[in-house]
Amino acid sequence: MNPTPAIQVAGLTKSYGDVHVLRGVDLSVEKGSIFALLGSNGAGKTTTVKILTTLLTADDGSARVNGFDVRTQPHDVRSSISLTGQFAAVDEILTGRENLVLVARLLRQPNPGAIADELLERFSLTEAGGRRVATYSGGMRRRIDIAMSLIGSPSVIFLDEPTTGLDPEARIEVWQAVRDLAAGGTTVLLTTQYLEEAEQLADRIGILHEGRVIAEGTLADLKAMFPPAKQEYVEKQPSLEEIFLAITKTSAVTVKESR
Amino acid sequence: MNTARFFGDTAVLTGRSLRHIGRSPDTIITTAITPVAMMLLFVYVFGGAIDTGSHESYVSYQLPGILLITIASGVAYTAYRLFQDKNGGMFDRFQSMPIARSAVLWGHVLTSLVANMISLVVVVLVALLMGFRTGAGVLDWLAVTGIIVLFTLALTWLAVIPGLTAGTVEGASAFSYPLIFLPFLSSAFVPTETMPGPVRAFAEHQPVTSIVDSIRAIFAGQELGNELWVALAWCIGLLVVAYVLATGAYRRKFA
Repeated sequence: MNPTPAIQVAGLTKSYGDVHVLRGVDLSVEKGSIFALLGSNGAGKTTTVKILTTLLTADDGSARVNGFDVRTQPHDVRSSISLTGQFAAVDEILTGRENLVLVARLLRQPNPGAIADELLERFSLTEAGGRRVATYSGGMRRRIDIAMSLIGSPSVIFLDEPTTGLDPEARIEVWQAVRDLAAGGTTVLLTTQYLEEAEQLADRIGILHEGRVIAEGTLADLKAMFPPAKQEYVEKQPSLEEIFLAITKTSAVTVKESR
Repeated sequence: MNTARFFGDTAVLTGRSLRHIGRSPDTIITTAITPVAMMLLFVYVFGGAIDTGSHESYVSYQLPGILLITIASGVAYTAYRLFQDKNGGMFDRFQSMPIARSAVLWGHVLTSLVANMISLVVVVLVALLMGFRTGAGVLDWLAVTGIIVLFTLALTWLAVIPGLTAGTVEGASAFSYPLIFLPFLSSAFVPTETMPGPVRAFAEHQPVTSIVDSIRAIFAGQELGNELWVALAWCIGLLVVAYVLATGAYRRKFA
């Protein structure tokens, strides 16, 4: 195991008044891996991502990204990461190419135009590059969004629900883009509420439930944690969905009992 | 903060929002249309019945007030664009990048300045067609431009506040309605002497009257009295308060 993880989080808490969104999140993501943070709506996925990308400050706990503390070294963190938010953060009035050039210039890249053209080609958007993003389909919009996140070769990329609201075809396009990223050595932390997405993409999966990571491991680890089925004549392996539902249900029961 | 970075980032982001304006020139046209319509109404409908007690033509008399109305309606677009950036996720993207934090706001503020100046030029050109004349020289025009720029910056920073804090896009741009109304309760269209006591008291102690009187005096080549200092104090005071409140709101939202 790599001695310095790309993302290291311990005891992260965040509350809005009486609403405790994060109740002590712990996680560790190895360099160059894809980590999926799986959880239902309101589990705290976006809040976790916002804290790790310096958009929010945590109430307590520590978080380091690429070795930098998000609280005390936000600028270093920002130089190491890129964020693709929950809703495609692209400028609709600009063309796809102009969006890429804009980010490249803000990141002080030499030759922004060449970078834009190269990314357009890599994401099969060369033809659409001169059109305004407002005319793009959901999948194209996400691809340009992810392409923008690659500029400056950040070592850690955060994708917050990258495929929410996309049709299956667009989802597969995005999945391929994410796989390409990790193949290039980039660390990817993605959040999703789709179990299949985590199963398809992630090296390791963390299940975030009611503000805590209640289970973490590879898909095989999670399957092993699943209590062995009693009716053994069922040959089917438990799906990740079943694991997820079983784990979140038992945790909800223990929470109730401890009260 | 790194100053070179701040200026570089501000330039890139200003270029971005100027491009927005270039793509939707209607924002400049609509900003100019309402004041021009008001000017036609005041000059050709009400103007004949208004005794301003001065020798200058009514079109020249009411132009300064119309200019301020133009700015008040123009800055609503800044609130609108900021709101769109905030809600569309562009803000989150910029905030997660290693760029100067305040450059995101300054890009919008400078764009507002440029867009308003273009709208103002359109309004002044229409006024010239309608018979507005001035003996103002280059220095006089520079003085008027200086006052206008200060007032535009003040109102733009004011517009940043609802742009950042409003819950709906309607809310973000609705703040400008009372601003557009202010010139009516001032010396912009009729002399304040004709107003009843309390209205007159308000009219003579709100920023628009001193600004209008200053610009009008400069255009008419009259001696400038106290009103210029009062106008500058209002503009700079508003600017400082709005800037502090706006950057405070920004820090609270995106700390």
